[in-house]
Amino acid sequence: MSTDSNTKYVGKAPSRVEGPLKVTGQAKYSAEFSVPDLVYGYVVSSPVAKGKIRKIHADKILALPGVIQVFSHENVPTLAWFDRSYKDDVAPGGSPFRPLHDDEIKFSQQPVALVVAETFELARYAASVLEIEYEQEKHATDVEALREKGQEPGSGKTGYKPPVRRGNADKGLSKAEHRIKQEYIHGTQHHNPMEIFGATVHYHPDGKLTVYDKTQGVYNCQQYLKKVFGLSADKARVVNLFMGGGFGAGLRPQYELFLSVLAALELKRSIRLSLTRQQMFSLGHRPHTVQTVELGTGPGGELLGLKHKAVHETSRFEEYTENVVNWSGMLYQCPDVHLEYEVVPLDVFTPLDMRAPGAATGSIGLEVAMDEMAYEAGIDPLEFRRRNYADRDQNEDKPFSSKKLREVYDEGARRFGWDQRKMEPRSMREGNKLVGWGMAGGVWDASMQKAAAKASITADGKLTVSSAAGENGTGTYTVMTQIAAETLGLPMEAVTAKLGDTTLPEAPVQGGSWTAATVGSAVKSVCEALGEKLLKLAQKMDDSPLKGAKPEDVEFVNGLIRLRKEPRQSVVLRDVLQVSGEREIEADSSVMPNPLNMQKYSMHAHNAVFVEVQVDEDLGTIHVTRVVNVVAAGRIINQKTARSQVLGSVVWGISMALMEETVMDHRYGRYMNHNYAEYHVPVNADVRDIEVHFVEEEDPHVNPLGVKGIGEVGLLGVAAAITNAVYHATGKRVRSLPLTIDKLL
Amino acid sequence: MSTVSTTSAADGQLRPLVPPSPVTLRINGQDHTLQLAPWTSLLDALREYAGLTGTKKGCDHGQCGACTVLVDGKRINSCLTLAVLQEGADITTIEGLGSEHALHPLQQAFIDHDAFQCGYCTPGQICSAQGLINEGKAQTEDEIRELMSGNVCRCGAYVGILAAVKEVVDAKR
Repeated sequence: MSTDSNTKYVGKAPSRVEGPLKVTGQAKYSAEFSVPDLVYGYVVSSPVAKGKIRKIHADKILALPGVIQVFSHENVPTLAWFDRSYKDDVAPGGSPFRPLHDDEIKFSQQPVALVVAETFELARYAASVLEIEYEQEKHATDVEALREKGQEPGSGKTGYKPPVRRGNADKGLSKAEHRIKQEYIHGTQHHNPMEIFGATVHYHPDGKLTVYDKTQGVYNCQQYLKKVFGLSADKARVVNLFMGGGFGAGLRPQYELFLSVLAALELKRSIRLSLTRQQMFSLGHRPHTVQTVELGTGPGGELLGLKHKAVHETSRFEEYTENVVNWSGMLYQCPDVHLEYEVVPLDVFTPLDMRAPGAATGSIGLEVAMDEMAYEAGIDPLEFRRRNYADRDQNEDKPFSSKKLREVYDEGARRFGWDQRKMEPRSMREGNKLVGWGMAGGVWDASMQKAAAKASITADGKLTVSSAAGENGTGTYTVMTQIAAETLGLPMEAVTAKLGDTTLPEAPVQGGSWTAATVGSAVKSVCEALGEKLLKLAQKMDDSPLKGAKPEDVEFVNGLIRLRKEPRQSVVLRDVLQVSGEREIEADSSVMPNPLNMQKYSMHAHNAVFVEVQVDEDLGTIHVTRVVNVVAAGRIINQKTARSQVLGSVVWGISMALMEETVMDHRYGRYMNHNYAEYHVPVNADVRDIEVHFVEEEDPHVNPLGVKGIGEVGLLGVAAAITNAVYHATGKRVRSLPLTIDKLL
Repeated sequence: MSTVSTTSAADGQLRPLVPPSPVTLRINGQDHTLQLAPWTSLLDALREYAGLTGTKKGCDHGQCGACTVLVDGKRINSCLTLAVLQEGADITTIEGLGSEHALHPLQQAFIDHDAFQCGYCTPGQICSAQGLINEGKAQTEDEIRELMSGNVCRCGAYVGILAAVKEVVDAKR
């Protein structure tokens, strides 16, 4: 067996391959492509939450020299008629919102007009003075006030699982020695990636479009354009080479896509359209959610009954769903479980998947309740979780494909020093700071989708791998490069990864933590297919030592093809290419999840988070001074980028726990803090020591790479652990997030 | 039911537009003469008129720091100043700090410490860090955290940003 390898990259920590482009400002985001003869668009948004547009007084601004057109429902051409044409890959049930479709206002900040002018400055000014008359109608936007109107969703969106019920939770709870029942609430959150949503549409002389759009799925957007505008695939190329953060905001085609393409087609001009930060609060959100959790334990601290109910809003026109409560039926062993999940239609825009949708929410309810239950039963919170460890997925009644949560608990406790913790609240302090330690954790789906990839190698030994995946900061370029380089035994520098373009083989939207598993597997598969072709060519060479060898008998390492059993028997890959006389050798491949394994196993990633907070006793200010986040998510392809994703998740958790909330003034049905100054997210001074550790799992069932995905699981439990630590520090249990100082005083 | 009408032109009259005129900006040591309307921000002048899109727009309101550039060595939010006000000033953008094959020490440190994910706030972070170094104030980790807090990173790469900036600050001592 060989050990002398320099081209084994999987599991190592190489820096991002696109790093130099990003740090020098050369990485091109969607609103940055240089296209000749551009015009600029500016969106006008509705100030009312419900009503009708009575009149748009476009004439006045059309008289301004340089203003080209005002698009609104009054002049939009006839487009696709049926709802299904507007449905994208991740659309929930219902009727998707159609921009500029009619005079109906369905939510505050609804786009009602697009002003197009020769310059950005002029479009912005003209939009600011466009007079529009509205008829305002009574709206309803308060989910807390209307929670009784909640109904269990009919269909929901793809991946929605109806709430689980097993045994008899009331009966289980009635036998309990200790019980708790509490309500947990968190406010609306908006994704707010740094890059503003925008698109540049290049209108080519032959009428074809190249659409540079901010999206997590170029194919999803292309499908939308094909169906809505009746464009053929070759007329609507969609490109996204770099995305300045997504977090779910770019899963569905957003209205800058519709509006910019509409304008380009109507005006036969290239156009750039950027939304404003304020308008990004109309692109979907993590819903405002009210949760009730009821737990009961027996004499040994064993869970005897569990009830978890969640209610949140959806829009009037679509039934948005996320899996909030079902995690509570599988994270801990419990025979009697009753879960409920309801949505309330309100006059708001449809919510949208936001990093670990559902689970991030549900893990607040469950994991704070678990802490409360541990205190009620007088058991250390970590020990309480250990006593209720689930060795099997009780929701699905299946074994886990792999689950090292026990090791995660051990590793986290050891690294954090959890055994030094005193159970009693307010028992630790440093000067005038109350110190608290809390923990929590979570579980998230290990998913894989269908994807295709292409690989080609040229005579000089340069390999290009491509698949229309996305790069929104997760490290897709790097992971593709690592896998390709390792599979064909090439240095990473010899590999170019291409993505984010509908001229490349199809990949799913970038979401669900499935990109590494999905696109990574496709890249591995296509490189193996290319490898087989290369082996055949190598075997044609004179005196080839590889003659008669099967693909499984050889390995590609350090630029060589060699026999696994006799590594000295090798040929130089570049010689193979040169001798073959071929200028370029290509392979295509596609992968899909293994349905048999999916049927047999429950596939999930887990984590546990340990947190220290310091609370100023006089002022109530909270600082998260130390976090240890331990994650078991199968195999880690890149230690550096995976760590960064979990570091970022911790920052997101701090944000959820202490800062983030979009505040609606229900008198106007309008988000009031829709800007970066008043929508609080952490800055550098809010973040102290964060330690990330991976407990690797060997998982042959989950996918060919053994990868479970790392973009979301790290967020779970962070907000709950902080909430629990604040209780430990202060003795005050806050059940409404964000946990701002007014709630502590 | 009530009626709402919106327009910001209170008297119903539109202001006469001031036509664009040539504005010369010294960017990264080179003079650029651009045809700009007077209400063009420095940020939009860089991105839309000078073709220098390394400077990012994250909020356009001075709230996020993504548009940070150096003007006469001082870090400013380029969305909060008009281009015409910067005639005669020495403007440095991310493109002027280093290039792909000749990286500035901060750029190299950001790569080494993985001090970014999506990369959109990164040019602003790096320009801000250079401004911080020019100010000569920040030495300790806490000081760097505090004085880098005008630059939001939604991916949450702050641990890496701190490590990268600290490394370069320490090397300058």
